[in-house]
Amino acid sequence: MKNTGKNQSELSLSASLQRITILSQLLHSGHDFIMSEEHEISLHNPEIKLESLKEDIKDFLKTSGWEKKLQNAVYSELNVFPSPCHPAAPPEHMKEPLAYMRKAQGSWEKRILKSLNSMCTELSIPLAQKRPASEQKELLNKWNEMGTDEPDLSLFRPVYAPKDFLEVLMNLRNPNYENGEQPSFRNHLGLIQVPLKVKDIPELKEDFSELDLNIGQLGIDDSAQVPPEFFENEHVRIGQKVLAEQDSAAAQQYVRQGCPTALRADLWALILNISNQPEDILYYEQLKSNVIQHDLLVDSLIYKDVKLTASNDDYYFVFEDYLYQVLLCFSRDTSVLEHFAYSSATPPKSYIQGKLGIEEYAVFYPPNGVIPFHGFSMYVAPLCFLYHEPSKLYQIFREMYVRFFFRLHSISSHPSGIVSLCLLFETLLQTHLPQLFYHLREIGAQPLRISFKWMVRAFSGYLATDQLLLLWDRILGYNSLEILAVLAAAVFAFRAVNLMEVTSLAAAEAVLADLSTLKVMPLLQIFLFATVT
Amino acid sequence: MLSPWAGCLSQSYATPHAATSHLKWGVHPTALLGDGELWGGAEAAQHCRWRCEEEWDFLWCDVTWLRENFDHVYLEEHVRICHFRNHYELSRKNYLVKNLKRFRKQLEREAGKLEAARCDFFPKTFELPSEYHLFVEEFRKKPGTTWIMKPVGRSQGKGIFLFRKLKDIFDWKMAGRASRKTECVFTIFPVYKLERGNCLFVFPQDGGRTNEQKDETQIETYVVQRYIENPYLIGGRKFDLRVYILVTSYSPLKAWLYRDGFARFSSMRFTLNSIDDHYVHLTNVAVQKTAPDYDPEKGCKWMIQQLRQYLTAKHGTGLVEVLFADMDNIFIKSLQSVQKVIISDKRCFELYGYDILIDQDLKPWLLEVNASPSLAASSQEDYELKCHLLEDTLHVVDMEGRLTGKEKRVGGFDLIWNDGPVSRGGNLGALVNGNFMANTHLGCFNDRKKQLKELFGNLPA
Repeated sequence: MKNTGKNQSELSLSASLQRITILSQLLHSGHDFIMSEEHEISLHNPEIKLESLKEDIKDFLKTSGWEKKLQNAVYSELNVFPSPCHPAAPPEHMKEPLAYMRKAQGSWEKRILKSLNSMCTELSIPLAQKRPASEQKELLNKWNEMGTDEPDLSLFRPVYAPKDFLEVLMNLRNPNYENGEQPSFRNHLGLIQVPLKVKDIPELKEDFSELDLNIGQLGIDDSAQVPPEFFENEHVRIGQKVLAEQDSAAAQQYVRQGCPTALRADLWALILNISNQPEDILYYEQLKSNVIQHDLLVDSLIYKDVKLTASNDDYYFVFEDYLYQVLLCFSRDTSVLEHFAYSSATPPKSYIQGKLGIEEYAVFYPPNGVIPFHGFSMYVAPLCFLYHEPSKLYQIFREMYVRFFFRLHSISSHPSGIVSLCLLFETLLQTHLPQLFYHLREIGAQPLRISFKWMVRAFSGYLATDQLLLLWDRILGYNSLEILAVLAAAVFAFRAVNLMEVTSLAAAEAVLADLSTLKVMPLLQIFLFATVT
Repeated sequence: MLSPWAGCLSQSYATPHAATSHLKWGVHPTALLGDGELWGGAEAAQHCRWRCEEEWDFLWCDVTWLRENFDHVYLEEHVRICHFRNHYELSRKNYLVKNLKRFRKQLEREAGKLEAARCDFFPKTFELPSEYHLFVEEFRKKPGTTWIMKPVGRSQGKGIFLFRKLKDIFDWKMAGRASRKTECVFTIFPVYKLERGNCLFVFPQDGGRTNEQKDETQIETYVVQRYIENPYLIGGRKFDLRVYILVTSYSPLKAWLYRDGFARFSSMRFTLNSIDDHYVHLTNVAVQKTAPDYDPEKGCKWMIQQLRQYLTAKHGTGLVEVLFADMDNIFIKSLQSVQKVIISDKRCFELYGYDILIDQDLKPWLLEVNASPSLAASSQEDYELKCHLLEDTLHVVDMEGRLTGKEKRVGGFDLIWNDGPVSRGGNLGALVNGNFMANTHLGCFNDRKKQLKELFGNLPA
């Protein structure tokens, strides 16, 4: 494992470490294999030659499935980590290449932290404290039904809500950008005013070519009217084959056309490379014991969020207990800190009491560096439909977070970052539905004000669960969140007629209040491939 | 919110067909919402233009009215009434048990043990006080199992309790004699005829019970049933299913299954530790509504489609299809068991609410059959379901005479039994490639509007 360049960034170090883990597992298993009595090759066999050993190990890798596992691990890393950049680039550039974005993210973080600290002081609750033994015991007993707890959360408020974040994004400006024009309605139509490159429909058509009209989709071609022989049966058969082969890359390609309900859990686990090994289960148990031993202020924020959002949802209320089990552990998981290497965000630091500013006494707070906001628990809720074993559910969520969800609430120039998604949404709408956009703007109903919350939550809680899962299939398949912006624009296009008739923001919101009857795939298909541009 | 009946009628019958000009339907906001609930009052005064009349063509009444009047009223051939004379053979728990046991014996004689075993979807039940000694025998065989005591005639979870020791029954009997809560018994409101049509709805009214009725509540019959201790849990919660079956005739047996239904969740996590806690074990919405943390907006319900999706994601399509096929078996066998006993009448039809519980081995159990399923709505989604259910019931009953009788599907109802199993493809009764696929779609996609349009769209307005 060579490290290119003098800069041994955290990135390549952690990547190396990951490979070491895989290889050590491989070596152990290989050792057992060689020592096994069943196999022809054994140390007692005098006919072993050095030449054939290499071939035999290669065969062993193939037959034991280790080759596939290695491939999957490498493929998974390719998906997550950005491509190596210039060797002389400082590590901040891996996080976020544009300076003004970094600055904006930094000041946003300061604001959040200030809000958290002031809540802390107001309520005189420490950020973290050890639980007394009796409380620990009680929590352990109640671990599977934490939802029955009714702590007094009235004084807690969410640290921020999506609309606060939108205000920040609206005020983003590139100081180096001067287009020489006076601000007028022509160039300041939308809320996002930064010049990021976003795709247009021809480019999106190419990227999402598997969603084309002549290609079968789950969500369209599995409807009651279509005989299953046309597409569905064959698609299910291929899915079973992909699972049998345990091929991550093939799975990612496969889910672009949607996952059959019965296979979805396994396919997502394959793409995210989650296998729920004993060490993973052990890790989760360790996190659980961290939760039992220490009480964090963010725990109350998590409780409040779950009670306000998921518990009130018609379908997710059932999973309340799972949400606590996942989110409380999540906030103590320091392995999540690794994603900050490629995220524009920086985990907030806190200091042991009385040692403010002294680096040796600095800790990340919360331990995973992620402060939950209003609606955060909705990232986990849909996964409860697929995974029931807490440690597996946990790992799937963690992987989804460090691959996708973190981009939805940090300021960056990444094409899947929320800023680009907002700009993509506004651009699509302005370009293809200019009349609607202009009308809505005139009545004070900027479209982004309505669609922002959908995108920040990846539509969780807004769409029917089966539709949401079909949408998230495509997020995994294309390894990009751009589809959220496309769907948001498609929803506006679908309800354009009604929207043209409204005369206020409230009325526009009412038209778009209920998305639970929408069918996601037809909307996307029509918007991308069947609209005259 | 309007009651589902009002919603149903206002939508589908606002513009009557020419063929039924003598049967016009009007909007009417108050109706019997199922046993135990009355809705409407003030709004009735606003919307209703009622006149007091004795004639009607379609009657949706409660079972008390039926019991008191059915034998004394002359009914013409064309009228339809929403209950069978002795529906209690199916809906009262002790009669259902008797009928099922008898049917099982008959099946064993005729078709062998294997076929009879398909009737084992009812947990072991004994009627009290008449079968007390049999119950004690069974109880002693397996000490420590939990049993549930249910009054035969009541609903909405009233009067139910769980126990593990025989002593508990004794204590309960003693306590009960001291103070029996007064129940609301309904008397009949005067009969009304809508200004626009001949549709009669009889509502319940609080108020004076006769002495006879008071005495009746003293000698109540109970059934004691083995409690299912390993229910299927989702999110740690127990749930049961409410499924709707419409029977338009018993001889020959013709039954329809509604595609939609719902799963009712208990609002607390399931544990066998607290058998006194009704909220944990009883999933009726009526009981849940009084639970301390009940949130009316929540509704504690999932549509069956959601449940089916969840189970498929967890167990795969194969097992789920077996589960739903087993449920079909429950519906058919239970109806067959009372087929010979129910007094058949061409003018009667009945909409049953079946309560099914699934255990951890994905085996469905029949809890009970409701002849007057609640039509109150706990949420917008629920309201729409019940509106559509009632609409489609009216379509199947077909007062307008629009159906040919060969339909296998009307709106959200699929014909599941027509004097024999009904298969999916081909004509009524045909086998498809020797592989019989039942015409049941519980929890499947319900595109009823489209289907109704196809069915009725070509008829003259």
